[in-house]
Amino acid sequence: MYSEKVMEHFSSPRNVGQISDPDGVGQVGNPVCGDIMRLSIKVEDGKIVDVKFMTFGCGAAIATSSMITEMVKGRTLDEALQISNRAVADALDGLPPAKMHCSNLAADALHKAIQDYYERSGKSADAENRRTTAG
Amino acid sequence: MDYAATTPVAPEVLEAMAPYMTEHFGNPSSIHSFGREAKQTLEKARETIATLLEARPEEIVFTSGGSESSNLAIKGCAEAYSRKGRHIITTSVEHHASLDAVKHLSKNGFEATYLPVDRDGLVDLNALKNALRDDTILVSVIHANNEVGTIQPVKEIVEIAHEKGALVHVDSVQVVGSLPVSVRDLDIDLMSMSAHKFYGPKGMGGLYVKRGVRILPLIHGGPHEKKLRAGTQNVAGAVGMAKALELAVERMGDEVPRLTGLRDKMIEEITSRIDHVRLNGHRIKRLPNNVNVSVEYVEGEAMLLNLDLKGIAVSSGSACSSGSLEPSHVLMAMGIPHEIAHGSLRFTLGRSTTEADVEYVVSSLADIVAKLREMSPLYPSGPCKCKD
Repeated sequence: MYSEKVMEHFSSPRNVGQISDPDGVGQVGNPVCGDIMRLSIKVEDGKIVDVKFMTFGCGAAIATSSMITEMVKGRTLDEALQISNRAVADALDGLPPAKMHCSNLAADALHKAIQDYYERSGKSADAENRRTTAG
Repeated sequence: MDYAATTPVAPEVLEAMAPYMTEHFGNPSSIHSFGREAKQTLEKARETIATLLEARPEEIVFTSGGSESSNLAIKGCAEAYSRKGRHIITTSVEHHASLDAVKHLSKNGFEATYLPVDRDGLVDLNALKNALRDDTILVSVIHANNEVGTIQPVKEIVEIAHEKGALVHVDSVQVVGSLPVSVRDLDIDLMSMSAHKFYGPKGMGGLYVKRGVRILPLIHGGPHEKKLRAGTQNVAGAVGMAKALELAVERMGDEVPRLTGLRDKMIEEITSRIDHVRLNGHRIKRLPNNVNVSVEYVEGEAMLLNLDLKGIAVSSGSACSSGSLEPSHVLMAMGIPHEIAHGSLRFTLGRSTTEADVEYVVSSLADIVAKLREMSPLYPSGPCKCKD
């Protein structure tokens, strides 16, 4: 059912945990559905320098969480916002159709974390972009 | 530890079956000697099974398995008695073979009542009494639940139903071959059984039809099985099922206490070594080999996969582990909250399960739960209090 890549990420998930003083936190899902993901990020100079995840969910949920943290570390916020659920699923060599919603959760949690960062720091997305391209 | 799903064919069973697939391969309906020999063999198998269940040979119909038996019982009975009434009673914790058959009938001119169950999965006998009407023709109930192991009060259910003139079908797929069953003593009208649950071959089952009870066939096409189920009979399969049942009954006296002991040890170990864990299903009125637990703060499929990586096979009632993305309807019917249902696992022990196996599985589970709780946003902060 699951690809080798999914099983790999599932058995040895990367970046598990919570950042102690995060710059942004995004949580999606709910226990009734059986899926919850929480992503916390550390941002420096418009780049995600650290990211950790906590997930309650199935094999696909854990694998997509792990994969997205790998994909996002070191990226700019803008690049991170471009990461789609499709990209996460592809990076894992695909997910069974019934499990695609797990990849949605991962992308949504990331976007929410970035959104949270902007809200906390009082900056807007545009201002941030201008700063990074100029600097 | 997934023997409720299926069992391997016992060596003695395989040996008994083999000649009927090779040298003695006759069709029991053929008039020549090869056919007559096959017919004799088939009837001997039928007699063996009937005797072990305290039934008459002519009351056993051979089918392709439990699902077919339940469909034949429910749909066959409904059609046969549709002029007498169109109301069917069943429970909310049936196996899908029964549930879906009843749902199908309810869309085709019949009315169905689904009896609720309590927190342990037991049917309320008063609810049954209240649900029975003059036009109720059939009550269909699962003898012992395949997911949580709860055993229903079949004798009482039959008494209550008969008083109101309704027939009773019992889905005994998880009971025949595991616990003693006497159709005479329970006074059942229809009963499903399946060979691959008790070390017999897959694709082979039976339906007990009490003398005098009418059912219409699902499969037309010949006079086979007293016109109740057309098709060339699986002689090898029937021989296998008979041998498997014989062996199972022979060993039951020792096996039931042995499995019960292992089951109880496993329940004790799991609940003492892992925090925030609960047993699903009735503690006492329970199949001897069934351990169904809900582990809080972690998800079922994730545990299942981790156990699989350690060579341990189990099943789960979580939404993610079902094809439909819905959690187990049995757990839902028992009033178990979604979050708890998502963390459920079913362990079912078998003939080859040892104490060492139980120890290995429980240790593995404790490790896995600790690891998954470390990454769970739901687990109350602090390390998992799982003991080694």
